Amino acid sequence: MTAQEVRLCGLLLQEHFGNVVEKVGTHLIRSGVLNLRALAHETKLPLDLVKKSLCVLVQHGMCTFGAGRRGPAGPVEYRINCEHVFHMLRYPRYIYTAKSLYGDTGELIVEEILQRGQMTMSSTVKTVADRLTHNMPEGQSMDYSEVVSVFSQLVETHFLQRCPPLASAGSSSSGAVDTPLPVATQPTEPENHPDCYKLPYINLTGQLLQSKHSSHTKKLFSGQPLCGDDGIYWQVNFQRFHLHFRDQAIISAVSCKLDQSSSEIVRTMLRMSEVTTPAHAAFTQALSANEIFRALLSSYNIARPILDQYLSLLVDDPMEFVGKTGDSGGGMYVVNLHRALANLARATLESVVQERFGSRSARIFRLLLRKRHLEQKQVEDFAMIPAKEAKDMLYKLLSENLVQLQEIPKTPDYAPSRTFYLYTVNQLPTARLLLQNCYKTVGNLIERRLYETKENKRLLEKSQRIEAILASLQATGAEAAQLTEVEEMITVPERQQLESLRHHINKLDSSENQVDETIFLLKSYINSTQASH
Amino acid sequence: MAGSRGRGRSQFSFSVDALGFGRGDSLPSSAHTPSPLYPPMQFRPVPLHTGEEVDYMLALKQELRASSKNLPFHIQAARTKTDVARYSDKYQNGETKNNCIEWSPDWSRMPKELCIKVRKPRKTVIGAKPQLTRKPKVAAGKEEALQKLETLEKREEEQHSEEEEDEEKKKQNEEEPDADEDYDEEELEDETDYIMSYFDNGEDFGADSEDNMDEAVY
Repeated sequence: MTAQEVRLCGLLLQEHFGNVVEKVGTHLIRSGVLNLRALAHETKLPLDLVKKSLCVLVQHGMCTFGAGRRGPAGPVEYRINCEHVFHMLRYPRYIYTAKSLYGDTGELIVEEILQRGQMTMSSTVKTVADRLTHNMPEGQSMDYSEVVSVFSQLVETHFLQRCPPLASAGSSSSGAVDTPLPVATQPTEPENHPDCYKLPYINLTGQLLQSKHSSHTKKLFSGQPLCGDDGIYWQVNFQRFHLHFRDQAIISAVSCKLDQSSSEIVRTMLRMSEVTTPAHAAFTQALSANEIFRALLSSYNIARPILDQYLSLLVDDPMEFVGKTGDSGGGMYVVNLHRALANLARATLESVVQERFGSRSARIFRLLLRKRHLEQKQVEDFAMIPAKEAKDMLYKLLSENLVQLQEIPKTPDYAPSRTFYLYTVNQLPTARLLLQNCYKTVGNLIERRLYETKENKRLLEKSQRIEAILASLQATGAEAAQLTEVEEMITVPERQQLESLRHHINKLDSSENQVDETIFLLKSYINSTQASH
Repeated sequence: MAGSRGRGRSQFSFSVDALGFGRGDSLPSSAHTPSPLYPPMQFRPVPLHTGEEVDYMLALKQELRASSKNLPFHIQAARTKTDVARYSDKYQNGETKNNCIEWSPDWSRMPKELCIKVRKPRKTVIGAKPQLTRKPKVAAGKEEALQKLETLEKREEEQHSEEEEDEEKKKQNEEEPDADEDYDEEELEDETDYIMSYFDNGEDFGADSEDNMDEAVY
């Protein structure tokens, strides 16, 4: 865990769960694995607070526990899963994707489960139906069956999955954890559980009646019997969302590079191989041109010979998104997933260099990426940049560690007169470097936002109070004169200050979201290289 | 290859003028201090993405942040009272206490050592029997009368708390999930006939900011 990653984890935990959980979490990340007593002792927090924080972290899947080094008889040890903490940065993107695929109901389901970590199907359905009914006009109400159907769709397309049962030897049900836990070598993957995507049978009583006294309705349901799915918890399947984002990135890259129709063809190919391709595959299953033609939506209006032309165009493109693996069935085509990711990461690196150092430095960078090793003179010649400026740019890139120097000796003693000095760019280490920069950037953005909020705390509180007063006055039907009087309690310069504060915070938040997209791309690329080894 | 073809061991593989400075020129000055914290940027950064999608995700992010502060997962350490221990402490409504947890996790999915008392909000269904944590020394005959009195008190308190709740709801976020009714029934804690909300031990006098000017301060 690098320092930047630990810092970002700490900031994210603090934002969502408060200072106590942040303290516990950061310490646990730094120490690796710890048991409860050691953790309480080292963080100097009361034992109860540590217990509560660990409960929160386990509930959200960010902390795993297992029997420790002393075996099943020893104390339970805890470890934090940093990747899971970083996913918190991406929650808006997950929720928006669910909304675009499954509408408002899907959006609310995913939002509820993300905020609570794990939930049973019945409680999710009830809460979501509640919220939808609140937002509907008087008299209408949300039917449970609609919410259940959207939930099942989410499970069928694998966006939601069951939480893995605790790995207790032999017992299939999630019984009390009195049985000794096995050694925590590998956490049970949720996919290994055969019932991972099986919906339980639940019976929920009909429709939620909308009534004016919402607290009253709650009381009616508080004494309900169990809905039949006790102990079966559902969590968001982040990996599936990530595959979806990856597909989206590839499709948009194709549409930028070529045109809309070719991106639709690639979208069709990816859609057809959604269920057949395993998560870490380097390319999709081979699809024949006939199959692709049949699966193409008629709205795209692509004729068969045009399809063949597009496919050959895609195959010949230097970005190598699509490859041809055979000739049967009109030609067998695959989408090269890993290569596409590598190309996307390379484009990101080039764009970063261009925006920071200018287009000529970017030209040198691209040259080195393509030609691997070049001497200084060769760089100047190939890039067609005068020697002095090329030198300057090269040294600046070298000092930023984006370009490395490789020494090739002619003689066993590394005498400088008899050594070749070659400049080179390695894509993978540079991508890792940029990823760390991204983590640092997000950390800086969050800290700046906290600082801005703290500076203007008094003003923010005042405006919140005024809004609350206004709202209560409006609800009790006050006159316009009273309302304007209250509004004038905020002076004009204060209003301007508030406006600029909101503008800054929106900008900082928006930047966080955008940097997170880069983080996702670089991380997917790095993971794809690791998977192929 | 940029090497000069001369013989002799003193020839370098790069020519001298390729270095960027000639003989006799002074070397570029070396840096004596670490690079500045905010180095001046050569180029302005590209503006952020805009669009409906971006705006929606921004709104989502801010709402999530606001609502996560109100969820029971947001843990705050209990404030230690550095004042003198008072008799009224028994009757004050508990804010977050360290030794109870505000939500009820599924304990079968957690290690046993993390088990901690769950702070139950008292349910106040009208007509249901109140759960009495009475000490057994109260005579059985008096219990019925006491229970009747308590249900009456509870009904009064409910109306009072419902009003408060309605006001609070308007001030809260629309997206926030309904919080449990979470007031403690202070007057049932021990045998006392006094309604706790009427009791003011004077601690807050003058300490609050002058926001809630509902009652005049004498």
